[in-house]
Amino acid sequence: MQIHKYDTVIVGAGGAGMRAAIEATKRSRTAVLTKLYPTRSHTGAAQGGMAAALANVEDDNWEWHTFDTVKGGDYLVDQDAAEILAKEAIDSVLDLEKMGLPFNRTPEGRIDQRRFGGHSRNHGEAPVRRSCYAADRTGHMILQTLYQNCVKEGVEFYNEFYVLDLLLSEVDGVKRTAGVVAYELATGELHVFRAKAVVFASGGNGKFYKVTSNAHTLTGDGQAAAFRRGLPLEDMEFFQFHPTGIWKMGILLTEGARGEGGILRNKDGERFMEKYAPVMKDLASRDVVSRSIYTEIREGRGCGPDGDHVYLDLTHLPPEQLDAKLPDITEFARTYLGIEPYTDPIPIQPTAHYAMGGIPTNVRGEVLADNTTVVPGLYAAGEVACVSVHGANRLGTNSLLDINVFGRRAGIAAAEYAATADFVELPPEPERFVSTEVERMRNSTGEERVPVLRKALQETMDKNAMVFRTEQTLKEALEDIAELRARYRNVSVQDKGRRFNTDLLEALELGNLLELAEVLVVSALARNESRGGHYREDYPNRDDVNFMRHTMAYREVDADGNQSIRLDYKPVVQTRYQPMERKY
Amino acid sequence: MATPTLEKTSGTAPSADEHLVTVTFRIRRFNPEEAAEAFWQDFEIRIDPKERVLDALHQIKWELDGTLTFRRSCAHGICGSDAMRINGKNRLACKTLIKDIVGLKNGVGTKPISVEPIKGLTVLKDLVVDMDPFFQAYRDVMPFLITKGNEPTRERLQSAADRERFDDTTKCILCAACTSSCPVFWSDGQYFGPAAIVNAHRFIFDSRDEGAEQRLEILNDRDGVWRCRTVFNCTDACPRGIEVTKAIQEVKQALITRRF
Repeated sequence: MQIHKYDTVIVGAGGAGMRAAIEATKRSRTAVLTKLYPTRSHTGAAQGGMAAALANVEDDNWEWHTFDTVKGGDYLVDQDAAEILAKEAIDSVLDLEKMGLPFNRTPEGRIDQRRFGGHSRNHGEAPVRRSCYAADRTGHMILQTLYQNCVKEGVEFYNEFYVLDLLLSEVDGVKRTAGVVAYELATGELHVFRAKAVVFASGGNGKFYKVTSNAHTLTGDGQAAAFRRGLPLEDMEFFQFHPTGIWKMGILLTEGARGEGGILRNKDGERFMEKYAPVMKDLASRDVVSRSIYTEIREGRGCGPDGDHVYLDLTHLPPEQLDAKLPDITEFARTYLGIEPYTDPIPIQPTAHYAMGGIPTNVRGEVLADNTTVVPGLYAAGEVACVSVHGANRLGTNSLLDINVFGRRAGIAAAEYAATADFVELPPEPERFVSTEVERMRNSTGEERVPVLRKALQETMDKNAMVFRTEQTLKEALEDIAELRARYRNVSVQDKGRRFNTDLLEALELGNLLELAEVLVVSALARNESRGGHYREDYPNRDDVNFMRHTMAYREVDADGNQSIRLDYKPVVQTRYQPMERKY
Repeated sequence: MATPTLEKTSGTAPSADEHLVTVTFRIRRFNPEEAAEAFWQDFEIRIDPKERVLDALHQIKWELDGTLTFRRSCAHGICGSDAMRINGKNRLACKTLIKDIVGLKNGVGTKPISVEPIKGLTVLKDLVVDMDPFFQAYRDVMPFLITKGNEPTRERLQSAADRERFDDTTKCILCAACTSSCPVFWSDGQYFGPAAIVNAHRFIFDSRDEGAEQRLEILNDRDGVWRCRTVFNCTDACPRGIEVTKAIQEVKQALITRRF
């Protein structure tokens, strides 16, 4: 085992992690630990754009953006945080441009903007052009630009280091951050990183669903590490299903396709979104569109022999427009479906896309140990975190924004904290949890296999905890997860080696997914209402009297070592907007 | 029925897996913990030919041999993790459909599909290679916007045409398919390689950038662009469709025509 010492350690090298690293490296001795090479992160898969009320092409302002974000989140958004997001969006986009990001341009040479779901002029009057974009590769360009600037700033990376544990030490009755434990993929060696400040920016956890736009590597490692160390997870029942995933595969086709004029059609060729969202139509918020698609499918208007999908129709758009604005997604359709989008509609279905919930933080990125208490030295930003700017449903283009605004904030706050704080003593045997897990997995002779359990988990989550939920389906999911967790104790791996043992890491990742799936389902079961991405058919209305509050899930272990989940709630911060009925 | 004589005569229902085909994957294995030498290993699987090579590798890892090791993440050609040599050609495993690279006769692949690590970089285990020299070459060309003077308060202006000038090379995902397909790179790892030059090109031809001289000087080095022999392997290999050889030629051209 090796021990390293840094002022600031950042976990994850996607958009939030690298944005944080650029700030932290200027201010403190910083290391970035990442399970992938930096440019492999799933930020690169984001397509459509980054919202900011630049008003480059039409009237717009940050207050309208704040309102849209709050309404899009079905009023579960903390409004002070949404206001920061919308205000700082403008400088965030300009900063990226100055770092070199090649945005598409207007005829005047300014950053071009396009329409996106849920973004409107003057509080819902009509769609507004707010998304700053680079074709349908905005995430790719952000990721590349941030990495380029990390190279420029000399950011120190530890590539293919999997962080598997968070170290907290109690000092004078307060839990403080001492560092993290990482597993080096190349050698199998464990590394303890002592740090004054740690920033989790390790991304999402969508891989517990089968049809998902998420990468294989999005297994909630950060959320699970924090949760196991007694920290709460906020609003985990709110998971976004993006309306347009490639049928069966789940690969994302950007909402920008509808922003450019694409239309959703059922088997009769009907533009069905006109029924569900008369003003915003195909550009209603994602939760609304995904439910509408499944309603069409359930009522027998789905396409194909099994009636299990609908069409994204781009055939009325000029081929030059598709080539210029949507080159990647049209290529996906050609590569994976053998379909020519110039002439044929693309079969799509909703795909598990984004965790609105995560590790609770305040607007400085400081992690919360309960509703109000900060964990000194611990920060989180990006999809792993819950600020909460997305509430019950995130607007498209607000996540690329989130990683830049709150990645930057967390990086600055962490480095500033590290400048004044001392190192905290490591807990005794700091590597013990990880070494025990790794050795248990390597030496186990159990008969259960990781791929079998993972598939079963994904199937029950798709069937029971997706767009539509009821008490019964959630209970079914909970039973399945409990059974899978019991079987997980008998998992063994075939690769017993130390070198690049991805077999072993998949087993550890499955442990994280099982833990987080249970949190999602338990949180969803207790929320007897429908709000944003969480839709309960047995409670189809929003219930502001009982549920205008954030869920806070805690892991509890009793004296016999039995684990359970305790739910608590946190008030929503409301400033200027009173909850209204949500119509698009 | 136009072809009644070809109808199946038995009364059995079509089996659930009749869309599957039988394909053999011949995979280059290497694990220095086990043996000093690399070897080929065959895996025969039943799979839908519309699946990706990455799906086949997962099927082998998850059902037959958990020790099979490769990198992957996004699984749709964006992250650049899974460049490998498939049937002798550099490709992304997640962008290569089985039906496009295998001949089929009666639902059986006529030849095995070979999968081996990309060439010119040290193999660490199975399909995993050491990417550090590749990223070092990238970092050496100063792949970031270099500007002088004070920053504007708003964005820098750039015409749509100026933006278009370097669009092709912004698509690079650093997968190394191009660099590891280059015979010059194979014979001498000191050559910067196509990917690094592509990323230099992305800034040299960006109207906002003022660091072209520095980058051109770096690429004028004995291990720079002049090593390129215009073989076009890199252009063929690029999974993003970047005209890599053309970009390298444009950098050479810039070196010839630049004024000091």
